[in-house]
Amino acid sequence: MADHAHGSPDPDQVNGESAHDDEAHDDDHAHDDHHHHDPSFLRKYWFSTDHKVIGIQYGITALIFLFFGFCLVMLMRWQLAYPGEPLPLIGWLFSDESMPGGVMLPEFYNQLGAMHGTIMVFMGIVPLAVGAFGNYVVPLQIGAIDMAFPRLNMASYHFFFWGGVIMFLSFFAPAGAAKAGWTSYPPLADIETMGQTIWLIGMLFLIASSLLGAINFITTIIQLRVDGMTFFRMPFFVWAQFITAFLLLLAFPPLQAAGILQLADRLLDTSFFLPSGLVVSGEALDVSGGGSPLLWQHLFWFLAHPEVYVLILPAMGIVAEVIANNTRKPLWGYKLMVYSLIFLGFMSFIVWAHHMFITGMGTAISAFFQVTTMIISIPSVIILSALFISLWGGSIRFTTPMLFALGFLPMFGIGGLTGLPLGLAPTDIPLHDTYYVIGHFHYVVAPGTILAMFAGIYYWYPKITGRTLNDLLGKIHFWGTLIFMNGIFFPMLIQGLAGVSRRLYDGGQIYDFAEPVIHYNEFMSISAWLLAVAQIPFIINFFWSIKKGKKVDKPNHWDATTLEWSAAPTPPVAHGNFEIVPNVYRGPYEYSPPDNGREYIPQDEAPTTETTTESVEADA
Amino acid sequence: MSLSIPYEITPRRDTGVNNAKLGIWLFLASEVMLFGGLFASYIFLRIGAEAWPGMPYERASDVLNVPLATLNTIVLIASSVTMVMSWASLKLNDFKKYKLYMGLTILCAFIFLIVKAFEYGDKFAHGYFPETSTFFAIYFTLTGLHALHVTGGIVVNAYFWGPGAKMWTNGNASAKAHFTNRIEVAGLYWHFVDLVWIFLFPTIYLL
Repeated sequence: MADHAHGSPDPDQVNGESAHDDEAHDDDHAHDDHHHHDPSFLRKYWFSTDHKVIGIQYGITALIFLFFGFCLVMLMRWQLAYPGEPLPLIGWLFSDESMPGGVMLPEFYNQLGAMHGTIMVFMGIVPLAVGAFGNYVVPLQIGAIDMAFPRLNMASYHFFFWGGVIMFLSFFAPAGAAKAGWTSYPPLADIETMGQTIWLIGMLFLIASSLLGAINFITTIIQLRVDGMTFFRMPFFVWAQFITAFLLLLAFPPLQAAGILQLADRLLDTSFFLPSGLVVSGEALDVSGGGSPLLWQHLFWFLAHPEVYVLILPAMGIVAEVIANNTRKPLWGYKLMVYSLIFLGFMSFIVWAHHMFITGMGTAISAFFQVTTMIISIPSVIILSALFISLWGGSIRFTTPMLFALGFLPMFGIGGLTGLPLGLAPTDIPLHDTYYVIGHFHYVVAPGTILAMFAGIYYWYPKITGRTLNDLLGKIHFWGTLIFMNGIFFPMLIQGLAGVSRRLYDGGQIYDFAEPVIHYNEFMSISAWLLAVAQIPFIINFFWSIKKGKKVDKPNHWDATTLEWSAAPTPPVAHGNFEIVPNVYRGPYEYSPPDNGREYIPQDEAPTTETTTESVEADA
Repeated sequence: MSLSIPYEITPRRDTGVNNAKLGIWLFLASEVMLFGGLFASYIFLRIGAEAWPGMPYERASDVLNVPLATLNTIVLIASSVTMVMSWASLKLNDFKKYKLYMGLTILCAFIFLIVKAFEYGDKFAHGYFPETSTFFAIYFTLTGLHALHVTGGIVVNAYFWGPGAKMWTNGNASAKAHFTNRIEVAGLYWHFVDLVWIFLFPTIYLL
């Protein structure tokens, strides 16, 4: 770590630095840096303020939650495929309140459903996409030595962690975890058992976490871009994280408001979401009434629709990085993609009520939200098309991350296109609450976002560890994941079109109209379990490669142009990232530049007037 | 040997702000959305209500104590003024004045909370609780959440009045500049809390 490493001529900044160093204030972490005694294990790995460690903390925690959420749904799939049959092998593990004799009770099925959604969205995908990739990669890509507020960053992780622990522990509450779905619609959620209260408290923690994270990301991206890193020289991934952070910042607080109101309903006996004259189990509910269940839905979807884009934008960012790197040519329409991203961010705040077409909110309001919903599909299509066009004429390297990125494109395409009928009231009304909806959004999030997350893991793993993941295992992982995910979700679209409701404990056995499509349940369940099997190569690969993987032969393993590869060592310097903080002279994707003879030019390479002959590796 | 994060004290030239100031504005933006969500809920509930605030009262000012709330409004506005004065005192390098004005700010915040507590106590004594009606539910929720924000402001300001002020008394010129920034940021938060009340007061008590 060089003292003058900023390489910045800005005198203000130099003043700022020395000022900070002079302060002997309450910052223990600065203390560590000054004296270089070994920080304790806890401080180094648990209470770390280094964005890289926090990113890894987020990543590992989120992967564990993803796996846990997956386990919950694998249990549900047993019940759906073989309703009422005792679960073999592991059925005895469960208590009599959940699965007496290995047979799942409806209440437990509901818990699994509600918690699967909550865990996957709020504790799996978002922390992985934003907390892990964003934290680790964004400062490196913009040439920053850390996030703008390292201690807030640490707090953000700890809020997330304890929120997750609270959610997990709610399974052990009297009568179990929340059962009212991940959307927690009142009045049901208002009168639910104690698990729902714990769910709300857990959500408040997760919201606090994402708030701190969002402030940190936006400040970091605006303030800590290194010299020369203008907004339109930022990699698309940074742009995606930037817009995502705004969505988190502005969309989550209304859910926080809603959560406070629901907590009040549950703990202070208010009636924010309880209408007058509500009858529960044949008895009039003893509350003042006058509230509205629709109020919750508006507040909830005001968050939850932007949340959909929180799930997908970082994924698009990762895919854009991987595609540019592996096609060896610039992204097609980079600026267009950025403008689409910004537009998408704005629009995502005014489409929420397309989740509520069957609430009877009137044709005028429905018309408005149908129009905005159709409009918001345009920027998504632009981004996806630009990524497809980027492939045209590229000399594609079919590396493992590239396979996942290529898998993302058609899968997200299916997810997006199956969403169109749901955005229009006339087609949404018959499809509402059927398996079609489940199929649609899982195509977006599972074969879509999760494939992109894997692409990111395979792409940046060498950066983090200095070792590559095994290619053969990676390819087995990819094909298994792709095939079995489709095996799960495509039949859902078919079942949904036949009218099968998404909320049936027995998978639709009691309905005659479900008869022609019900046999898919077994097929989907077996696909789900095989999907779990397909993750085994990944899990082995992930742990085995930490110590035994093939070492990268040079810091810039993928011959990439962006700073995290071209300017930072592999792995980056703890607390500081760079040996010499780079300056930026060019756009993010100068692959195969014309009239140069070079295969790629990193962002931090200074332009020279004469033709440069030095080797590319020397630069890295 | 350590690298430190740039623009912690001095503004970045092309953005014109330092990190903390940008951060607090972003935080306040999210706070606007939080209270915005609750104000929207207020409108939603009131539109759907048969009567507001409900029998036997015709308007909110019949049941809520407008004179006390007016007093509180004045107290909070005064505290915003003293908050600015405390920051300005630091800018003028007058630490004693800073202590005085910051102390007054904290005092005003306490007065606000005490008055609020009397108001709440009066409501409870008359049997008005959050569960009484949606009017009282939203009244207690909005004012309660605001009071929580006031409490948060007291904690922050008390820290800067007491132990946090060591940064000024023990520090060199740049530590002093850093401390002054902190007071400015705390001030922005405090003005926001004040502003929320300026919207809350007419919405709940008068309309």
